[in-house]
Amino acid sequence: MGRIQLDQVKKTFGDVTVIPPLDLEIEDGEFVVFVGPSGCGKSTLLRLIAGLEDTTDGTIMIDDHDATRVPPAKRGLAMVFQSYALYPHMSVRKNIAFPLRMAKLDQAEIDRRVDGAADVLNLTDYLDRRPGQLSGGQRQRVAIGRAIVREPAAFLFDEPLSNLDAALRVGMRLEISELHKRLATTMIYVTHDQVEAMTMADKIVVLQAGVIEQVGSPLELYRRPRNTFVAGFIGSPKMNLIAGAEAAKHSAATIGVRPEHIEISETEGAWKGTVGVSEHLGSDTFFHVQCEASPEPLTVRATGEVSLSYGGEVHLTPRPEHIHRFDGQGLRID
Amino acid sequence: MATRHSRSAARLMLAPAVILLLGWMLVPLTMTLYFSFKRYLPMRGDSLERGLDWVGFENYARFLSSSSFWPSVQATLVIVGGVLVITVVLGVLLAMLLDQPFWGQGIVRILVIAPFFVMPTVSALVWKNMLMDPINGILAHLWRFFGAEPVSWLSDASVQSIILIVSWQWLPFATLILLTAIQSLDSEQLEAAEMDGANPLARFGFIVLPHLSRAITIVILIQTIFLLSIFAEIFVTTGGSFGTRTLTYLIFQRVIDSQNIGLGSAGGVYAIILANIVAIFLMRIVGKNLDR
Repeated sequence: MGRIQLDQVKKTFGDVTVIPPLDLEIEDGEFVVFVGPSGCGKSTLLRLIAGLEDTTDGTIMIDDHDATRVPPAKRGLAMVFQSYALYPHMSVRKNIAFPLRMAKLDQAEIDRRVDGAADVLNLTDYLDRRPGQLSGGQRQRVAIGRAIVREPAAFLFDEPLSNLDAALRVGMRLEISELHKRLATTMIYVTHDQVEAMTMADKIVVLQAGVIEQVGSPLELYRRPRNTFVAGFIGSPKMNLIAGAEAAKHSAATIGVRPEHIEISETEGAWKGTVGVSEHLGSDTFFHVQCEASPEPLTVRATGEVSLSYGGEVHLTPRPEHIHRFDGQGLRID
Repeated sequence: MATRHSRSAARLMLAPAVILLLGWMLVPLTMTLYFSFKRYLPMRGDSLERGLDWVGFENYARFLSSSSFWPSVQATLVIVGGVLVITVVLGVLLAMLLDQPFWGQGIVRILVIAPFFVMPTVSALVWKNMLMDPINGILAHLWRFFGAEPVSWLSDASVQSIILIVSWQWLPFATLILLTAIQSLDSEQLEAAEMDGANPLARFGFIVLPHLSRAITIVILIQTIFLLSIFAEIFVTTGGSFGTRTLTYLIFQRVIDSQNIGLGSAGGVYAIILANIVAIFLMRIVGKNLDR
């Protein structure tokens, strides 16, 4: 079981309110990602759930028990830290066994669980090494191993992949998703990287300044962002947001069009513009186009290899069914 | 330091310092060795100009057979050991305390370091006259306030008193080194241990103490070097009586009080041997911490 409910949870540090009263429900077995820009309170929220910070107000329920004042060790949650937080003077085996030793399990049971975890995470050959002798990815796996041997109600991940290089990050992303499918345990994952959020989550919680902007599945957030913040945050490259006269034509304060929903043509289209920098990725080409409809350059995606010369004239046509409309407060208009 | 040219230039520039240091060490060491095999009693008219008599190992035998030799070795080891235990244990506790955020942290940290800046002679005098004096000392007043008989510290508990004074001087050093070590401990490690169910005592034993082991090693090694040669504290307070005559102090008495330079030099050689024995033991016990 791993059902977590936050009811009017609030956190202040002195005069600074980091998290205004907030409600959130996390169902058993869900993979929930907290995503938002740096300093949005997502890590604080995770630490509140873990019990490493005290709530200023409100209640945290874990499996229908009030856990607000329960010390971290008794909440049945395991956490993987950004720095991995491995114990440098202990071997990998002792690191993974540490929570079990603290729980005073007998040695045979400890060995069984550590070997099991090492097997799942491909760490069997490294059990006698120290963390300092491991690569970043291996350390990450040791940190995960230390979490899974406890058989917790839920896993908490605090930006676990941000210290890894790009290639390793993609690999570990898959491994964590795989682990979630296999264990079917609740996981709460904090990241500032919307790609990680989109690829791994069952449910994404978008946070800004401690406030939940939207909760939903990755595709819900992609298709129907509730406001301009979510619209700009989810999706890569980010959505083009156009205010002013062009938006007024659609009777909105701001309209948004994703780069993949704009047709680019050298001959005809709705908006005329000039090509700026082009980014060639092979599978896609991204153009930054300065056009009359918007003061900011628009990003446009073309599939495959398309070449347009710098400074050349192009025409853009947004697909009407994919134009998102937002009102003066930045909220979505349906 | 990449090219051959820059490497030889570096060697050339280092040379004066190395030669000076080597001379500083070798000249006194050679002279000590030389005198230790000679009969050298200035009061009886012996002098370098007139030439000194070679006496072989007689000085060594006399120093060793003296009834005060073994007690002085024991006093040295007890004082060094006592100070090490007190400074390391209290140093760890104080360092953890000072690492906590509290109001006036900066000033308190400076105050804690202050005793280290007081000259040994001065601090020993302050302890002797202000604190430990059996009639006018603060401790005597305190004892009397509670209706107890004042302790004449420097005669009845002389070794403990010396340990107390020297510990007071060296505690800031230990605290300072250990504080910087504690500050480098990753707080996420402690949080991880907390989530893993380690209570405060287990967190101290499994996380903080292993993290400090290297710093503790350094504190022990450096302090031992200096503590083996403490002198001013004993000279000012007990003058070597009441069982506080360390090997250093014994050598001083042989050379200055008895005016026997040959005998004192032989004692100096024994002191070098003792220091090396202690150093080897320390390296064996704690030195392996430095390899990690």
